[in-house]
Amino acid sequence: MLLLTCPCCGVTAEETEFAPGGEAHLKRFGPGSADEDYESYMFNRKNPRGVHFERWRHAYGCGKWFLAARDTVMLEVFGTYPAQTTEPPAEIVEKIKARRPDWEGYA
Amino acid sequence: MSHRLAQGGRLIDRNAPRKFTFNGKHMTGFAGDTLAASLLANGQTLLGRSFKYHRPRGVVAAGAEEPNALVGLGKGDRFEPNQRATTTELFDGLVAESQNHWPSLDFDVLALNNLVPQFLTAGFYYKTFLQPRAFWKHVYEPIIRRSAGLGKAPSEKARDPDRYEQIYGFCDVLVIGGGIAGLQAALTAAQSGARVALWEQTAHWGGRAPVDGVEIDGKPADDWVKATVETLEAMENVQLRLRCMGAGVHDHGYVLGYERLTDHAPESDAPRHRLWRMRAGQIITATGAIERPLSFAGNDIPGVMLASAMRDYVVNYAVAPGRDVVVVTNNDDAYRTAIALRKAGVGVQAVVDARAEATGALPEAARAHGIRVLTGKGIRKVKGGKRVTGVEICRIDSKGTAHTDVFSCDAVAMSGGWSPVVHLWSHCGGKLTWDEAGSYFRPDPDRPPLGNDGKGFVRVCGSADGEMGAVLANAHEAGKNASEAAGFKTKNMKPAQDAAAPEAPMEPVWMMPRKAEYDLRMKMWLDFQNDVKVSDIQLAAREGYQSVEHAKRYTTLGMATDQGKLSNINGLAVLSDALGQPIPATGTTTFRPPYTPISIGAIAGEARGPIFQPLRRSPLHDWHAANGADWEPVGQWRRPYTYRRAGETRDQAVNREVKNARENVALLDASTLGKILVSGPDAGRFMDMLYTNMMSNLKPGKCRYGLMCNENGFLMDDGVVARLDEQSFLVHTTSGGADHVHGWMEDWLQCEWWDWKVHTVNLTEQFAQIAVVGPKARTLLERLGGMDLSPETLPFMAWADGQIGGFDTRVFRISFSGELSFEIAVPASQGRAFWDRLTAEGADMGIMPYGTEALHILRAEKGFIMIGDETDGTVIPQDLGLNWAISKKKTDFLGKRGMEREAMIDPMRWKLVGLETLDGSVLPHGALAVRPGKNANGQAITEGRVTSTYFSATLGRGIAMGLVERGPERMGEEITFAGDGDKHIKARIVDPVVYDKEGAKQNV
Repeated sequence: MLLLTCPCCGVTAEETEFAPGGEAHLKRFGPGSADEDYESYMFNRKNPRGVHFERWRHAYGCGKWFLAARDTVMLEVFGTYPAQTTEPPAEIVEKIKARRPDWEGYA
Repeated sequence: MSHRLAQGGRLIDRNAPRKFTFNGKHMTGFAGDTLAASLLANGQTLLGRSFKYHRPRGVVAAGAEEPNALVGLGKGDRFEPNQRATTTELFDGLVAESQNHWPSLDFDVLALNNLVPQFLTAGFYYKTFLQPRAFWKHVYEPIIRRSAGLGKAPSEKARDPDRYEQIYGFCDVLVIGGGIAGLQAALTAAQSGARVALWEQTAHWGGRAPVDGVEIDGKPADDWVKATVETLEAMENVQLRLRCMGAGVHDHGYVLGYERLTDHAPESDAPRHRLWRMRAGQIITATGAIERPLSFAGNDIPGVMLASAMRDYVVNYAVAPGRDVVVVTNNDDAYRTAIALRKAGVGVQAVVDARAEATGALPEAARAHGIRVLTGKGIRKVKGGKRVTGVEICRIDSKGTAHTDVFSCDAVAMSGGWSPVVHLWSHCGGKLTWDEAGSYFRPDPDRPPLGNDGKGFVRVCGSADGEMGAVLANAHEAGKNASEAAGFKTKNMKPAQDAAAPEAPMEPVWMMPRKAEYDLRMKMWLDFQNDVKVSDIQLAAREGYQSVEHAKRYTTLGMATDQGKLSNINGLAVLSDALGQPIPATGTTTFRPPYTPISIGAIAGEARGPIFQPLRRSPLHDWHAANGADWEPVGQWRRPYTYRRAGETRDQAVNREVKNARENVALLDASTLGKILVSGPDAGRFMDMLYTNMMSNLKPGKCRYGLMCNENGFLMDDGVVARLDEQSFLVHTTSGGADHVHGWMEDWLQCEWWDWKVHTVNLTEQFAQIAVVGPKARTLLERLGGMDLSPETLPFMAWADGQIGGFDTRVFRISFSGELSFEIAVPASQGRAFWDRLTAEGADMGIMPYGTEALHILRAEKGFIMIGDETDGTVIPQDLGLNWAISKKKTDFLGKRGMEREAMIDPMRWKLVGLETLDGSVLPHGALAVRPGKNANGQAITEGRVTSTYFSATLGRGIAMGLVERGPERMGEEITFAGDGDKHIKARIVDPVVYDKEGAKQNV
């Protein structure tokens, strides 16, 4: 059971206090978009072994959504940050690079 | 024969006899015995029959690793199969029975399997039953189900009367294992000030050290154990738990502990088991090591035991495994058993050592005790059936065609070396490394499981770490490092000095003799519990099962309750040999929690019966309960399905309620409907994105029905929206959907349109909502007096705030029944009073409540859809003829893009229609419409399905709705539905609205 820190209220709590929301930083494609874009928005997920960016909601706490950078194999949490961003913050990216020199970077 | 010795037994109390029964036979043991010890003390060496061959089996081990001595414990509601006799503490009145035999333990007909063992080789299920297919179901399966397996499942009528509980715990350092290493690690950590928890799975501290004659600071280990436990007990920052097994190490330091509180004291009224849900900063596993069996022919015959287990029985319980013992080994440790047996007065025929020479301190000590030592030899085969009668010895490097010596004996002690218990280290990703000298896998300290900070959070000490000699220095180091990692400073203290006799290196022997012939190999058991032999693993390798995980599943090696605690390494070694590769190249199978099986009761804890899950109650719940409510679960709510009166069937009650609502005045508790307030300057814009239709142009004071879809375009929820004022909307959702819809709104507001100024609040439980329904609804409400409810002031699809009968109300003129209807919200605290007032005022009018089933029938007669009936997560609004509720003006709303996909505009989609059976009967729920012919897979061709089906009391016949291929284009056509068996039911496609099509009755 993971331990995560909600960046909104600052509480570090067990996974059962949070609800997972899948991959982070998806760009929404609405009416008029190309089939491939819509398909990738809806269905194509990275599902990596290793560094991953995820959506979580502090469902049984402050209720806010936030994002987490995490290693899906070794379970290390590189950091959590507010949901109101379209890409991982620079300091999180730096931290991941330091910990995982082989990481191909956020694309 | 096994028996109790006249003296000794460090764990038993000879002044406290304990009576028990085994297969109905009365026996007596002592307090402190395990069931296995007392069975052996009573001469009971045959304890069960094996999984496939029904071979006689007896006790092999003395602890959690026991594969054979599984028994059914208790009676009736308390019966439990597959309990290990070796970890069951004896108590007065214990009832045990043996397993997997027919008709009796002593005489088992199915032991015939044993005569044709080639019939049941590796993968035999897969091979034997390929053809003919019908044989599987009618011949093979019944036979296998009868003959293979372990204990019987408890009766389906049994209800466990015991209590179980769960508890959350928090500590800085958790030490698992209360042997001397665990005690030392806990002591070191505790002296740093860290909060320390120490768990030991047995009922005793100290582990193996006292049995093995270890000395600490020059004194017997027992003295140090006692003093250390006393020191720890006196420390406020330390929590000690006996009978508490570390079951699993999970992510980020979450550990499950299985504490057996009263298994040994069933008269206690305390909970039986407790599941610890421990959050540990750092974990130290001091879980010890498990001795490995040796693979020689007949190594499963009752009387053959692990050497260490035999030592445990002699020293701890004063139980001798037999009168004459042969010890067979590839290492020095087993000599301790020979010496212990000799000291206890048990005959030791010989120690048979596979190594070319045995000249270490222990073998010399054995010789000094007059014990004969044979080197370079092994057991060719064990003689005996239900018990050992002797052994034949041969040269270790031979094929075993001829014996060199023969001994008459009734017990054999075997030792193939030791394997660290690495399970807990491995559960959460800790990696292992192969130790060539000891021939075992040990934890690789460079690759521990990682915490959320990316640092290792598990350390290992003692023999679990591969330290087979002195362990206290290693344990002290682990305790120091763990408490420092948890942020504490350790004092400059020195650990006690433990000393054991030095041991010469072991020599791996994976098969005895090393070149054994086939007929010997097929009697060499690797996995006693699953009847897997050396020949089975070799066969699997020949057939191409090279991956250890595949070989495991093909042969069943390492499966079932013991999960291969004894068999894994031996099996890996045989597989590696057959594949011609070193053992580390083969690797291990995955270690998964729990370490040993834990009770389902402990996993469930208190969550059973009425507190299985939280129950949500409407403000009118108690009234419903007192007035005949027949409950139906709706999400976590309970809603009345109907209110039965004396002498009524459910159907009669439902029909009465439907007719009353149509003809008179009725009440519905609609409080469970979701009520979400959406407000703010951008509320209109947001509502237009949420709903398929336009909401921003709804006027304050008005209501509008709307549909919500997910991004696939599939219907997710529906309900009526009331515009409260320019900046706020009240959203009604389905009863089950309120929380999800609220979460959905927050998701979009927080993660996509975070610059929009919108606020949402879930008000569901703040209001009681009561629908007053029927032609006389207005008459009733006007009796109560208050606000103007006339159609001119409050027309259909309008709402207004005001007072009725002195209650503060918000009245919505909306109808889900098709009748004149006022849905009235009052503060939740006044709901019951308002309801009581309505029922009192309407008594002479024949007012009555109706439940969810009448609600469904009333709406189905009107052709109104129900989320979850007409929708199933693949249905778009267009399928339900709801195109009128999809805005063409809006450039975007959630689901719009999804609806544009090719499959969504396919004219062949199944669409909503009404269905009318030709004979007036009620269609079965979910029935499929079939048409003649078969599809490519030989299955019936379907062209639709029933989504809602009821008996309509209003029309006096069955009514239904369904989704049918091109349905609306096929009005009047007769189609066929598949009923039970070969039955077919004809139905005509009709308009889904079968009552008051023009809506005159609701709009008055």
